[in-house]
Amino acid sequence: MTNVIDTGDTAWVLMSAALVLLMTVPGLALFYGGMTRTKNTLNMMMMSFSALAVVAVLWVLFGYSMSFGNSIGGAGLLGNPLEFLGLRGLMSQSAVSGTVPSLAFVVFQAAFAVIAPALISGAVADRMKFSAWLVFMVAWVVLVYFPVAHWVFAFSSSDGSVVGGWIANQLKAIDFAGGTAIHINAGAAGLALALVLGRRQGFGKVPMRPNNLVSVMTGSALLFFGWFGFNAGSALGANWIASTAFVNTLGAAAAAVIGWLIVERVRDGHATTLGAASGLVAGLVGITPAAHSVSPIGALAIGVLAGAICALAVPLKFRFGYDDSLDVVGVHLVGGLVGTLLIGLLAAPSSPAGVAGLFYGGGLGQLGRQAVGSFAVLVYSFVVALVIALAIKATMGLRVSDDIERAGLDIAIHAEQAYDLTAATSGTTLPHGSNLPSAGIISKEHKA
Amino acid sequence: MKLVTAIIKPHRLDDVKEALLAIGITGMTVSEVAGYGRQRGHSEVYRGAEYVVDFVPKIRLEVLVDDADVERVLETVTTQASTGKIGDGKAWITPVDEVVRVRTGERGVDAL
Repeated sequence: MTNVIDTGDTAWVLMSAALVLLMTVPGLALFYGGMTRTKNTLNMMMMSFSALAVVAVLWVLFGYSMSFGNSIGGAGLLGNPLEFLGLRGLMSQSAVSGTVPSLAFVVFQAAFAVIAPALISGAVADRMKFSAWLVFMVAWVVLVYFPVAHWVFAFSSSDGSVVGGWIANQLKAIDFAGGTAIHINAGAAGLALALVLGRRQGFGKVPMRPNNLVSVMTGSALLFFGWFGFNAGSALGANWIASTAFVNTLGAAAAAVIGWLIVERVRDGHATTLGAASGLVAGLVGITPAAHSVSPIGALAIGVLAGAICALAVPLKFRFGYDDSLDVVGVHLVGGLVGTLLIGLLAAPSSPAGVAGLFYGGGLGQLGRQAVGSFAVLVYSFVVALVIALAIKATMGLRVSDDIERAGLDIAIHAEQAYDLTAATSGTTLPHGSNLPSAGIISKEHKA
Repeated sequence: MKLVTAIIKPHRLDDVKEALLAIGITGMTVSEVAGYGRQRGHSEVYRGAEYVVDFVPKIRLEVLVDDADVERVLETVTTQASTGKIGDGKAWITPVDEVVRVRTGERGVDAL
């Protein structure tokens, strides 16, 4: 490559990588951890932490190569896993991606790979075996995330020597920072996994309120902060594309809070903090694919629609009976679809993407491309996640025993409690989990 | 001696406490409890779903009193705790055989 490294661009991409890593831990861990019930808080947070631990290792070993290696057979379906095995060749000073060192691009994309499976964990709260979660996560990132990231994020080189993914290069659907590759992808997998796992005891009958809304709001605010790295960092440079994405991200997130809270106030009678936190995330999800292809006013429209539509979509789980515990489907799948499809209507020719949507006289072509890209990722992720989940269910089992589910996963699986309040109020430390099933049941379950 | 026990709405506690202090009652024990009576809890809407909540948060107030003070205490507690709406709670009186002040070993009325 003959490209020259730009230090400003490199600084911004490295900074952005750190911002995106902040989204998973502690952002998502606090967001989901506060939303679940007290007895399962730590297990919820551990699913995000384990995503960081497992996926970052896989990324270095062969994940990056599967996503950004030269497309096998030029088909645009999968990068060559051997090309950059163990990131070989990329530590060279001459390895450049665009205007940044290739390793800066590697770590920026690593942060994306980490958060995708972590998002899924919200759909399986309170009932999944931790061992089964680890196996599912490895299988899903290898079979689904790495290939789909190739489809969406790997662009062919201008001289044709490197062939990228089919959605980015052949279909030419616009997905700036991962509306399809991250959010539709994780949302569809979450739906499949929740369906195979089954509903929690008491789902739809007893209220399962968040145990700590301070944590939920702090987590969503950290996601918001980190998301500027996610979207503006996806410009891969410190430039006007990044600035456009930055402003659009702010506008959509703010408008979505308003959209969600209006729906809640009218429908439920209260504007809740959980709604504000969820609306913020829904707006961020919605603008993710569209951050460089719509005007700031278009971003406000995407935001308010994403907030309102996701708020309306969340209770569908009660109507259809799938226990998407923390609303991964309602926020990430639906929000990802809203943003990805609205590009077809709102894409502005004056934006960095330079594409005209239906409302700018561009016809229905872009909307069609957006729909094909969304649908392909949705179906592929859903079907493969379903197969992985069924295979785990048939072998090692997906779900904890009923006793452990009732008593809580934190003590049974991790031997810890999020809030050890008994000792503080009584002055003596009571034996942990006096209401737990016997130790025999726990250890037998934990071995599996 | 009697034990007056009252289950009241949490937001009425401060007024009850002040009124008891005003009539010379010098001690009480309160705890956070949950329960339901004839009204069987209530329904609530959260995140687009409606639930029946059986156990409603309440305060359990316990006061040990001399026989002579029982009616006055009961009257004060029930008056101050009342809002006139469902869920105001209950109060009842239980006989107490003996009371001992732990620090001094005093017994009976002296220990109140």
